[in-house]
Amino acid sequence: MNILVCITHVPDTTSRIAFSDNNTKFDKTGVQFIIGPYDDYALARAVELKEASGGKVTVLNVGEVETEPTIRKALAIGADEAIRVNAFPSDSYFVAKQIAEVAKQGNYDLILMGRESIDFNGGMVHGMVAEMLGMQSFSPVMSLEIEGDTAKISREIEGGKEKLEVKLPFVAGCQEPIAEWKIPNMRGIMSARTKPLNVVEPSDNSTMTAVAQYELPAPKGAVKMIDANNVEELVSLLKNEAKVI
Amino acid sequence: MSVLVFIELEDGKIKKSSREAIAYGAAIGEVTALALGSASNDELASAGENGATRVLHVADERLNAGLIQPFAEVISSVFASSGASILVTAKSSLADAVVGRVAVKSGASLASNVSALPDTSNGFVVKQSIYTGKATANMSLTSDKKILAIKKNAIELKTGGATASVEATSVSLDDAWFGAKIISSEKAEGDVLLPEADIVVSGGRGLKGPENWGMIEDLAKTLGAATGCSKPVSDMDWRPHHEHVGQTGVKVSPTLYIAVGISGAIQHLAGVNSSKYIVVINKDADAPFFKAADYGIVGDAFEVLPKLNEALKKALA
Ligand SMILES: Cc1cc2nc3c(=O)[nH]c(=O)nc-3n(C[C@H](O)[C@H](O)[C@H](O)COP(=O)(O)OP(=O)(O)OC[C@H]3O[C@@H](n4cnc5c(N)ncnc54)[C@H](O)[C@@H]3O)c2cc1C
Repeated sequence: MNILVCITHVPDTTSRIAFSDNNTKFDKTGVQFIIGPYDDYALARAVELKEASGGKVTVLNVGEVETEPTIRKALAIGADEAIRVNAFPSDSYFVAKQIAEVAKQGNYDLILMGRESIDFNGGMVHGMVAEMLGMQSFSPVMSLEIEGDTAKISREIEGGKEKLEVKLPFVAGCQEPIAEWKIPNMRGIMSARTKPLNVVEPSDNSTMTAVAQYELPAPKGAVKMIDANNVEELVSLLKNEAKVI
Repeated sequence: MSVLVFIELEDGKIKKSSREAIAYGAAIGEVTALALGSASNDELASAGENGATRVLHVADERLNAGLIQPFAEVISSVFASSGASILVTAKSSLADAVVGRVAVKSGASLASNVSALPDTSNGFVVKQSIYTGKATANMSLTSDKKILAIKKNAIELKTGGATASVEATSVSLDDAWFGAKIISSEKAEGDVLLPEADIVVSGGRGLKGPENWGMIEDLAKTLGAATGCSKPVSDMDWRPHHEHVGQTGVKVSPTLYIAVGISGAIQHLAGVNSSKYIVVINKDADAPFFKAADYGIVGDAFEVLPKLNEALKKALA
């Protein structure tokens, strides 16, 4: 089983989001970067599949040199080697294009990634990559079992889930509970230092979108507290002030 | 300008979020809607209420299940033949998986989580909700063809339009698109779908166990609301996974979100920060959720919920 796992390098889920340069740039001051939580699930499942039946896990990130610590963490979790496409991930089309180019050279049985990144929340890359490669794609995938050249997956649909049987290879956008996040251990961290991390240059620079400016939402007004023995007051506020019931 | 709107059907009914997408499309041009799978003519004609002029219906039963590849193929083919330059859809689990493929096939720029009408004063710029609702990007779509996936509950649902004309449309389906075989599907019957809901009642670890969810369900029933939960609650299997709200779960944008026994961790807040009003019920006055709330009650859920349910029943009777 030869698995490619695409990871994003994104602000930690607890980060305060701010922008600089007249709201045109993300402000990285004090921000801790992590493997995208959905990508982290995909990676954990890939490592489990490899541990169960052998094979190789390659992680791929499209990003500038600053993402290397995040990539090393994926190696520490259990990926065997890594590829970094040396470019700023300008938009989803651009990222998908780079992933598809790398994938074409790797003969992968499975291409896994998160259902969406937690910075732009687009959730489009898996479909784009699959279309570029002429493969099937599935998202959001909540379980993945492989038997020979066939996979059984479950996919979340709104208000429920669906089980599918599909042939390899395909692209999957993953989410919990596909696997539990893995925390790297000391041995993993040591061995990650010497695992190969190959840097390749982008193949094509075209994009389809550009961010003109960022905005932050208006701050929330103060909360109105209501006495626990006077729930009628809450009902009245919902009815007459908020007008939501 | 001609706009194609892909509408999703749920048991043959047009989803509310798809009606919002039609209203969005109607605000920028003349809307042709596209429906795939079985549905009655009357139901499809009702897309006119929200602003569609006509509906193209590909009724093939093989499209009753939302399979990603066939949907992408059919939508792309109709998008190309319709002459529309803009394709609009609701953002949903299905649309997310489909539109990326359609964008590549059509050479279109794609924006997801769109929360407002485009600004066309200088190019074509839409507002895309990013960082799980913590910010917005003004995103310029540079290709001639454009695809917009609209955030749920972000667009005012217009009604009162005429009925739309419904045209049966045939697209020849290739067996090769149906490589994925559906073995089984499970669906919550009769409940309000969480991502579509106007009101959500959500419970956290403070409810102590799954046996106490009756209180949450009663309140939801009174309000016609969907039920949600925090991540630990679905991790412990107290509630099904599709109810998990937050950064790594469902992102909701209802008019009213009622959080009971949820502390308000930043990852949970990320999934609810687009709600218009938030009510928090928690026994700890220092719970961080109160900072994100509009109305708060400090109290024991086991005492407050039954009382609140009674008071709501009286007020809504
Ligand atoms: C990467 C990452 C992603 C995550 N994603 C999500 C996500 O998507 N969604 C999510 O929800 N969490 C997420 N989490 C977890 C999150 O950090 C919190 O741990 C979680 O939201 C806490 O759930 P809770 O509020 O139900 O439980 P707790 O934090 O344990 O809070 C329980 C609350 O109930 C109150 N309470 C107790 N008894 C009563 C009572 N009788 N009456 C009233 N109130 C009572 C307590 O005062 C407390 O505030 C994520 C964490 C990480 C690290």
